[in-house]
Amino acid sequence: MTLEAIAFYLFSAVAVAAGVMVISSRNPVHSVLFLILAFFNAAGLFVLMGAEFLAMILVIVYVGAIAVLFLFVVMMLDINFVEMRQGFLQYLPIGALIGIILLAELVMIGGAWVVTPEAASVAAVPAPDPATVTNTEALGQVLYTKYAYLFQLSGLVLLVAMIGAIVLTLRQREGVKRQSIATQVTRTREQAIEVKDVTPGQGI
Amino acid sequence: MSVAADLQIALPEVLLAVSAMALLIFGVYQGKAAAGRVMVLSAVTLVAVIAIILVREPAGIAFGGLYVDDGFGDYMKILLLVGALLVLIMSHRYLELEQANRFEYSVLLLFATLGMMVMVSANDLISLYIGLELQSLALYVVAAIRRDNARSSEAGLKYFVLGALASGLLLYGMSMIYGFSGTTSFESLAEILAAPDTEPSLGLIVGLVFICAGLAFKVSAVPFHMWTPDVYEGAPTSVTAFFAVAPKIAAIALFTRVLMGPFHDLVDAWQQIIVFISIASMVLGAFAAIAQNNIKRLMAYSSIGHIGYALVGLAAGTPAGVSGVGAYMAIYLVMNVGTFACILSMRQNGRMVEGVNDLKGISRTNPMIALALLIFMFSLAGIPPMAGFWAKFWVFKAAISAELYGLAVIGVLASVVSAFYYLRIVKLMYFDEATEGLDKGVGRETGLIIVATAAATILLFAMPGAILEGADAAATSLTHYAG
Repeated sequence: MTLEAIAFYLFSAVAVAAGVMVISSRNPVHSVLFLILAFFNAAGLFVLMGAEFLAMILVIVYVGAIAVLFLFVVMMLDINFVEMRQGFLQYLPIGALIGIILLAELVMIGGAWVVTPEAASVAAVPAPDPATVTNTEALGQVLYTKYAYLFQLSGLVLLVAMIGAIVLTLRQREGVKRQSIATQVTRTREQAIEVKDVTPGQGI
Repeated sequence: MSVAADLQIALPEVLLAVSAMALLIFGVYQGKAAAGRVMVLSAVTLVAVIAIILVREPAGIAFGGLYVDDGFGDYMKILLLVGALLVLIMSHRYLELEQANRFEYSVLLLFATLGMMVMVSANDLISLYIGLELQSLALYVVAAIRRDNARSSEAGLKYFVLGALASGLLLYGMSMIYGFSGTTSFESLAEILAAPDTEPSLGLIVGLVFICAGLAFKVSAVPFHMWTPDVYEGAPTSVTAFFAVAPKIAAIALFTRVLMGPFHDLVDAWQQIIVFISIASMVLGAFAAIAQNNIKRLMAYSSIGHIGYALVGLAAGTPAGVSGVGAYMAIYLVMNVGTFACILSMRQNGRMVEGVNDLKGISRTNPMIALALLIFMFSLAGIPPMAGFWAKFWVFKAAISAELYGLAVIGVLASVVSAFYYLRIVKLMYFDEATEGLDKGVGRETGLIIVATAAATILLFAMPGAILEGADAAATSLTHYAG
């Protein structure tokens, strides 16, 4: 129990600290690296809760794909981050004020935490026994049956995102040489090779 | 329930999704020349979906309670589908003239419409969110579809960043509600909140506030309206027309469903929020529009104001109020489609113009457009004998019978102020000297839409029953389990 508690506080403390570093470090590459650290710690928290599948997905998708994409964008685009930050101090007071009000409100809710009596029974119904099913299996059991509707709709959301990316960025460039396998294969010797009889010392 | 039965209940959505994907493939294989044909086929699809909804009875709940097809949903879906259809039809000439017609435009509009239908039919917080994202994502792209135009790109980007923030707020609220109640299903939430002896926990109310904030962004109610004028101005005009009708109807329907369904028992908690954003939207919409010289920005503020009026009906929190919202959106649809059809035909020497001053004296150069705009402006201002009068009348009546006198009085005053800028357009058209006038000829389809919507605006004033009956039936079907 204590070990779990220690691990929890360690992961959450590092995650929060990394979150602060993401927005405060000067070098954008460092920001992205701290973001990756925050993801890893969040994954650790998931493992502590017994959700290994989510933990692995978080690492694979967020660290493996999204954060790396961020890194590429940060390194390849020539964005002047110092210039972008100029408004930061100007908006800091009002931003901090709203943040503090929100924090106070959240603390108040935390103090008044009352779980509705029905909640326990409602939440208990769909959850399978963790001792008999792994949570990957449990997700698989409902994802394609009970939540098939949402699964399909999520697929459509991704399709729209793909269409959007293509519509907004694909440009047909003129004069680009593309490989056409059919043309290559159907080329005959006569089309490809021309034999010239060159007299010595004259050139073509 | 078997999958086949579920799919049958969700037939309109399934048909729309499948045709949108088929049209995408068709468009990709046909290449550039396909834009016109894809547009025609999209319009046919929309007509087919409308026909299915009109023909059949509301089919009930499907997919294990994630989806509901009831009278309210069908009513709102028909409105938004008609809006999408009319905008698609009038886009055709505009996009051809601007040489911006790409087949993806129609496909994305279909996907956005699908997202809106999912929103309207949501019976669970998760389907609500996914529908909203499907809709928003498609809209972000169409806002920026003229990617070589800096203003269009800016509009898309601005909409995307702020929309993502709003989605974040919404998700945060949803996670709080799930955390404090243990369910995302609307029915279970209604059950939990209806339990007589328990006090709703503070966390649920905070979650509700976040959800209201997220949805208020989507309907562009004050104080979440900042994106609206910039996006309306920057986006291509046909896209602006779409933004002004279909997503607004869907978001208002969703707002109504969430607040009147699962959270009906927290009416004391959300009523004050809705009253506030409604007043703020009406007042800001009325005053900020006065200074606008760009007709698209003016319509943006006008739509903010109109959302305020529609929210008056929601604030009442009664079946009469819901029916008022439904009727308001129907009339709003007619007036706005008509106005934008006129705006789309504002051209000088073949070039789009957007200035309010370009309308000077067009009663002499383009008398038909001037007459149509006159009808729409009177209707938007809520002056009889135009349908817009009834729209406002019903929501104010609902507010008064719910004893929200202050709200109704402020609403009427705001609508007097807003009459100033609507009538200013009429004055420019009829009493000022013509500068250059507009190009003649608006295209057959656009002309038909202008005539039809103008006629409807007048006829609906004479026969308000047609709309009100539908809206009443819709409201009854929504509020039956709220009690």
